[in-house]
Amino acid sequence: MITYADACRIINDSRGDAVAVTTMTQTKYWNQVSQEPDLDIGIANAMSKASSVALGLALGKPDRSVLCLDSDGSLLMNFGSLATIAGMAPKNLYHIVFNNGIYAITGGQPVPAPGVQYAKAAEACGYASTYRFDDTESLDSTLPRILASHGPVLIEIIVKGEPQSEGVDQTWESNAKMPLQLRALRKRLTGTDDWFSGGPYI
Amino acid sequence: MYEALMAEPSITIVPVSREGEAIPVAAGLFVAGQNPVISIQNAGLYEAGDALRGLALGIGLPLVMFIGYRGHNRKGDTPDSAATFLEPFLHMWRVDYFVVESNHDLDRVPVAFERAAKTNQPVAVAIGTEYAKTEDSGDQSKGIKE
Repeated sequence: MITYADACRIINDSRGDAVAVTTMTQTKYWNQVSQEPDLDIGIANAMSKASSVALGLALGKPDRSVLCLDSDGSLLMNFGSLATIAGMAPKNLYHIVFNNGIYAITGGQPVPAPGVQYAKAAEACGYASTYRFDDTESLDSTLPRILASHGPVLIEIIVKGEPQSEGVDQTWESNAKMPLQLRALRKRLTGTDDWFSGGPYI
Repeated sequence: MYEALMAEPSITIVPVSREGEAIPVAAGLFVAGQNPVISIQNAGLYEAGDALRGLALGIGLPLVMFIGYRGHNRKGDTPDSAATFLEPFLHMWRVDYFVVESNHDLDRVPVAFERAAKTNQPVAVAIGTEYAKTEDSGDQSKGIKE
C-alpha cells in the first residue's frame, strides 16, 4: 500500500517539464508538491474526463510529456478512454491510476468491482506497456525508467483510500480555477495569451 | 463524410469510444494550440452532457460541434426522439446553433466558427438527415466556397 503523499512526491521527482492533469484526491496531494503550477490542470468540474483531456494535450503537443493522475472510480466511468488512448498511441502520455477501491469524494462507497486490475485492462487494450505497484520502494526505483520510455503507459498505484466526509464544496472560486488553469497552460504551451473570458465562471 | 475527412491531409481524426470523450479531448487539443472540432450524433450529444457542461460551457471553450441531426426532416412528423429533443436540448443548455439541411445552408458554417471565437462558447451545427439525400450535396466543397 502506498500513500497519496509518497506517490505524488515520487512522480513529481521525475516530472521534468511534463504537463500534469490531475483529478479527485490526487489533485489535493499533487498541489502540495508541484513546483510548476502553470503546467498543472486539476479536472474538478467534469466527471471522469482527466484521461481524455490528457489525451488531447498529448496529441496536441507531441514533444511534451503529459502525466495523467487518474483514479479507479474516474477511469471506470470513462473506461472507453483506455481504448481511445491505445488507438491513438501517443508516445508522450503516461496514465497513472490511483487505485483505492472507493469513491473517496462522495464518502467512501466501494466501486462496483474493487478487484479490477487496470494495468491488465490497459494491456489488453493495447497500451505500449503497463505496470502495477503496491509498495513505495518499487515505485520510487522504477518510475524514472518508465517515464523515460515511450507511451502510452499505464501505471497502476495501489493506495489507501481516504474517504472525505465533507464531500465536494463547489464554489464560484473553485469552479473558476479550472478555466484559469487551462488558460495559463495554453499560454505556457503556445506562447500566446489569446483565450479570453467566457462561460459562467470567468 | 468520414471518408472525406480521412482523405484530407490537414485534418487528423481522433476516433473516440464514446461521445463524452470528444469534448474533453477537444479541450486538451485547444489548450495545446490546435484547432479542434467535434462531429457526433444528437444521441451522442445527450450522452456527453456533463462534458458539455464542465469542459465546454464551463471553461468557455470556443468549439464548433457538428451534430448529426438524426431523425430530422423538413416536413416534421419524426418518430425519432433523438430529433425531437435536439433543439430543446440546445436551448436548455444555452448553446447557439445553426441547422444545415443542404449545401445552400453551408454559409452558416463559417458563421458558427465566428460565433464560437467571438463568444468563447461552444456552437452547434446540426446537420439534417436529409442533407445526405439532397441532389446538391454531392460536391461537398461547393457550398463552402460559395
